[in-house]
Amino acid sequence: MPAFPKAAHEAVRNETLRANLRHATHTIRDKRARAVAELDDWAALREAGKRIKDRTLRQLDTHLLQLEEAVTAAGGTVHWAADAAEANRIVTGLVRATGESEVVKVKSMATQEIGLNEHLEAEGIAAYETDLAELIVQLGEDRPSHILVPAIHRNRGEIRDIFRSEMGKWGRPAPDDLTDSPAELAEAARLHLREKFLRAKVGISGANFMVAETGTLVVVESEGNGRMCLTLPETLISVVGIEKVVPTWRDLEVFLQTLPRSSTAERMNPYTSMWTGTTDGDGPGTFHLVLLDNGRTDALADEVGRQALRCIRCSACLNVCPVYERAGGHAYGSVYPGPIGAILTPQLRGTASEVDASLPYASSLCGACYEVCPVAIDIPEVLVHLREKVADQGGKGHRLEKAAVRAAGWVLDHPGVLAAGERIASKTRRLHPKKLPGPGAGAWTESRDLPEMPAEPFRDWWRKNRT
Amino acid sequence: MTDSRARILSRIRTAVADAPEAVPVARDYRTSHTPDDPARVLDLLHENLADYRAHVHRSTPDGLAGLVARLLAERGARSVVVPPGLPGEWLAATEAVRRFDEPRLTPYELDGTDAVVTGCAVAIAETGTIVLDGGTGQGRRALTLVPDLHLCVVRAPEQVVASVPLALPRLDPARPLTWISGPSATSDIELDRVEGVHGPRTLEVILLTGGAATPTPGGRAPSAG
Ligand code: SF4
Repeated sequence: MPAFPKAAHEAVRNETLRANLRHATHTIRDKRARAVAELDDWAALREAGKRIKDRTLRQLDTHLLQLEEAVTAAGGTVHWAADAAEANRIVTGLVRATGESEVVKVKSMATQEIGLNEHLEAEGIAAYETDLAELIVQLGEDRPSHILVPAIHRNRGEIRDIFRSEMGKWGRPAPDDLTDSPAELAEAARLHLREKFLRAKVGISGANFMVAETGTLVVVESEGNGRMCLTLPETLISVVGIEKVVPTWRDLEVFLQTLPRSSTAERMNPYTSMWTGTTDGDGPGTFHLVLLDNGRTDALADEVGRQALRCIRCSACLNVCPVYERAGGHAYGSVYPGPIGAILTPQLRGTASEVDASLPYASSLCGACYEVCPVAIDIPEVLVHLREKVADQGGKGHRLEKAAVRAAGWVLDHPGVLAAGERIASKTRRLHPKKLPGPGAGAWTESRDLPEMPAEPFRDWWRKNRT
Repeated sequence: MTDSRARILSRIRTAVADAPEAVPVARDYRTSHTPDDPARVLDLLHENLADYRAHVHRSTPDGLAGLVARLLAERGARSVVVPPGLPGEWLAATEAVRRFDEPRLTPYELDGTDAVVTGCAVAIAETGTIVLDGGTGQGRRALTLVPDLHLCVVRAPEQVVASVPLALPRLDPARPLTWISGPSATSDIELDRVEGVHGPRTLEVILLTGGAATPTPGGRAPSAG
């Protein structure tokens, strides 16, 4: 895996990728603004979401224990996995115990994070991704490039080619006369996957939320593939990061308002499934919940960085990020791309590797990600904090920053953009206006002037420079 | 396994040991964004359902059987799944073959069925959402998932609320819940919206007004075998 600078450098030269990304991010961005504007209490919802998550994280042990008790009482079984290897081992064992050698999967970042599909494959278990975009990615032997629309880097012609050449190897082939119309492509996927849904005995999912007081898991989706995987199999295994817990049933009233609008810019996504343990005569008779740490407790221990664990994976920050728009998701070298990836990945994995050390520099610190975040994660603050940490490790921060910035190509064309973005961020984000605090910060700040705050408000600047 | 449990919990405790106490959660957001007027709320539900490409109709109890029959016929539905407890009169006028879920239909049998008719637990106006809880007349989750046409009857005003915060207290988390906002859809291919990827391609919603004597929702569905 190349470090961000190299990967980004390659990505910005790919014109198709850049055009697709630009179209996608701008479309979602504009729709999101309209969906959010419908709720005049957005600021209060955002603040409530932030506080609910902060309180949960403060007493995470209590909430997880309560969750475990509630899930168990409702007929489920709870497992704890300290790292990816353990989670993979647990899931493999559970699938083995069913005697099955194939599983259907709901799109889940947690299972991507631990490399579950690859692990299952090595163990002789076929894992079928069922989200349309994930299917495109899987058939194309590719990696996802966006949290919400993982195949956003592919256009319809490429998708048709992948379906035509690959579907037959995995199951029902695509029709010979398949065109590149989205409706036909979706129909081909529907038929291809339906045969898998109907015969599946084991489903694997993640979850968007887990409610501690009731033991309820929540999966938010659009296509119905999630419902298929959660409902038709006999065994359901959900792998969920420990930070996904919320204390009460009522807390969902906040996130079910903010997540869809921030994510797909809809008032509500087409399907939300909620289940509590098992229910006689409805859905899987066996339910396993695998609670995943895998670096989350490290992030939790970082007083500045822990706010990244508030993330509800809406992907709004990706769609407004000028660096993501040009570099694309692959450049981040992790399942979490964009601004959230730049702060989450180095915390989950540490910054020992070149790619992870470069991630905190994959940003212009313009602050747009913070503005859209429905749980108010101060991404620029965490980025600067992580830069200090990387710099402390051996002073390679300065070099990484230059490389990251240069790699994003566009900066060369618009040197003013970066400067202006940072200038505004430094004021609005209450970053230190002249010099960053703490030892090691110098390695980052030395290289730049942090000039006066421009009179121009952020939004005006954004409109002028970014459209 | 037990080891990891203890280890994760102790890592959490160490991680937050010095963290400041969290600020209390203020619930000063709105309970509803809509004036408290049942007619307005119903109109908003209608509008938002339609905006997400559900087909919305209105009916009184007298016209319901005829409307159900017409909608099924218009979509060419020759067979229809009947969830346990569905009021018999809803299907009184249709010629579609009725398939009862007792004993439980297999996924393949459901796949070979054209339509399903259900009631719901709650409908949410601001988001254009109907919520199913497996209660009387709704059946288990697979019934509203596999057939290609879902026809859902919402009793107004008693099953209609304005907002998400008003809906949650009316739902029982112990039940499997499905929130449906329009038909299955994807925007994964160049962000072009396509309906009916894996769930029902068509969602017909009938807003039923002026009724009283029909059975109320809320009881558990009879055992489906
Ligand atoms: S950091 Fe905020 S904006 Fe980005 S994905 Fe997470 S919740 Fe959404």
